[in-house]
Amino acid sequence: MDILIAGLTIFVLALFAGFEIITKVPPTLHTPLMSGANAISGITIVGALLAAGSERDALSSWLGLVAILFATVNVVGGFVVTHRMLSLFQRKSSRDS
Amino acid sequence: MNAALINLGYLGASALFVAGLKGLAHPRSAPRGNLMGATGMLIAVALTLLDRRMVTFQAIAVTLVIGTVIGATLALKIQMTAMPQLVALLNGLGGGASVFVAGVGLLEFRDAAVPALNHFTMAAVTSGVIGAVTFWGSLVAFAKLQELITDNSIRFPGQQLVNLTLAVAVGGIGLWLWLTPEPHAVYWLVVALSSMLGLLLVLPVGGADMPVVIALLNSCSGLAAAATGFVLNNNVLIIAGSLVGASGLILTQIMCRAMNRSLVDVMAGGTQATSGGGQVGDIYTGRVKAGSPEEVALLFDTARRVVIVPGFGMAVSQAQYVVAQFAELLCGRGVEVEFAVHPVAGRMPGHMNVLLAEANIAYDQLKELDDSNASFDRTDVALVIGANDVVNPAARTDPASPIAGMPILDVDKAATVVVIKRSLSSGFAGIPNPLFVDGKTIMLFGDAREMVQAIIKVLKEA
Repeated sequence: MDILIAGLTIFVLALFAGFEIITKVPPTLHTPLMSGANAISGITIVGALLAAGSERDALSSWLGLVAILFATVNVVGGFVVTHRMLSLFQRKSSRDS
Repeated sequence: MNAALINLGYLGASALFVAGLKGLAHPRSAPRGNLMGATGMLIAVALTLLDRRMVTFQAIAVTLVIGTVIGATLALKIQMTAMPQLVALLNGLGGGASVFVAGVGLLEFRDAAVPALNHFTMAAVTSGVIGAVTFWGSLVAFAKLQELITDNSIRFPGQQLVNLTLAVAVGGIGLWLWLTPEPHAVYWLVVALSSMLGLLLVLPVGGADMPVVIALLNSCSGLAAAATGFVLNNNVLIIAGSLVGASGLILTQIMCRAMNRSLVDVMAGGTQATSGGGQVGDIYTGRVKAGSPEEVALLFDTARRVVIVPGFGMAVSQAQYVVAQFAELLCGRGVEVEFAVHPVAGRMPGHMNVLLAEANIAYDQLKELDDSNASFDRTDVALVIGANDVVNPAARTDPASPIAGMPILDVDKAATVVVIKRSLSSGFAGIPNPLFVDGKTIMLFGDAREMVQAIIKVLKEA
């Protein structure tokens, strides 16, 4: 039970932190925000690695590998495309100043 | 490696995620923020590979490489107009990964003979349900945005009843799984039912409501990761997941408000585009003032302040580059030029800004709804390109209108309004727009790119 409470505490506090931080992001950057946050949600990759790598049985390993594939595409695709979009905004503001 | 050290490293990764998202508050600090997030992820992955529970690496390394190649290729090849599709797809993959990880987690509990009624099982079921809904919902959203499913809203009689039944079944079986240590197959039954629910929930949603759905699925992919964190008792998953969950929820709320819709409305597949098919022609007949590029160019020739209002129609005809050129031409003549971007101008939150930035339009020329509205009364010409509902004054004036109360760009407060549009067809909301018959409005009927090009030509020759 203690583990649950500790987890919930972290969960709720992180939600509040998230609300505080995200409301400060201007609408102009909402698309990169989504793709960047999307990449972060690929953190499931940590669980996928543990599932695939602990070699308990074949089923776990296979499920884990599929999860790794999904999560890696999510993480890499998300961060790279966010970087691409943000560099578009970068070019502009420097031209102007 | 020592478990405590690994957990400390995870804490570091979590801190980088928070700081990285904070960096997104300004375009200057945003690339660094994104890099911090990526660094956090790299740290988390590297530490996990050092975990002493890890015994095999070969297959993992191969999978990581394949995933990286696919992800990077997608991200580098995608057109900016297709960004909503990509984000939908990536959301779905994140959700799908959570389903599998939670499934493995359950297998582990079974082997370790964890007693029933524990929160790990409950978290695994939650993760499976949210993850499966996200995965299939996102795939449908992807197919719709990519126009693989052309029928805008697919529905059948009693759909909501079916959805409700599915939701109750998922809840019931999930509860059963929690109360009694059931065979692993039951988890996959829950996942299968949730998959159907995900499909059925997104299938009836129309194209105009996609920004809401994508934002919501974004949130769900985060919440699924957080639930997986409870399964694995891993804080970095809980923290990162809830940050993303919060982010998606805020964006969902912003989109709903900008469209004057409630989330329930959107998900129930209700549309307001019902009545008014016949009257659309009536209000326009004989009252619309159509102009030529020459006439309009004269207006821009004498204007001192111009506000351009882009809609998705502009992006569809790939006119943003010509529009950027037009804006630059005006700027060069000492005209003050701004872009007024409505929150739902694109197909996902902030989408239009990315499209304009790609066309080389300066960040500080892009104005938000409130800033723009404060300045329309000082504006000589408002140029509306491929937008309709977001500039419909009926939202402000007609309490009976389906879009009454929706925040709009008050272009009708400018001295003159020029609307470039293919025809008088109605927007997503399917209602007539009194702006088009306003005395100070000039309509330019035609393709956005050709029209703007024509105006540029006249201006340059004059």
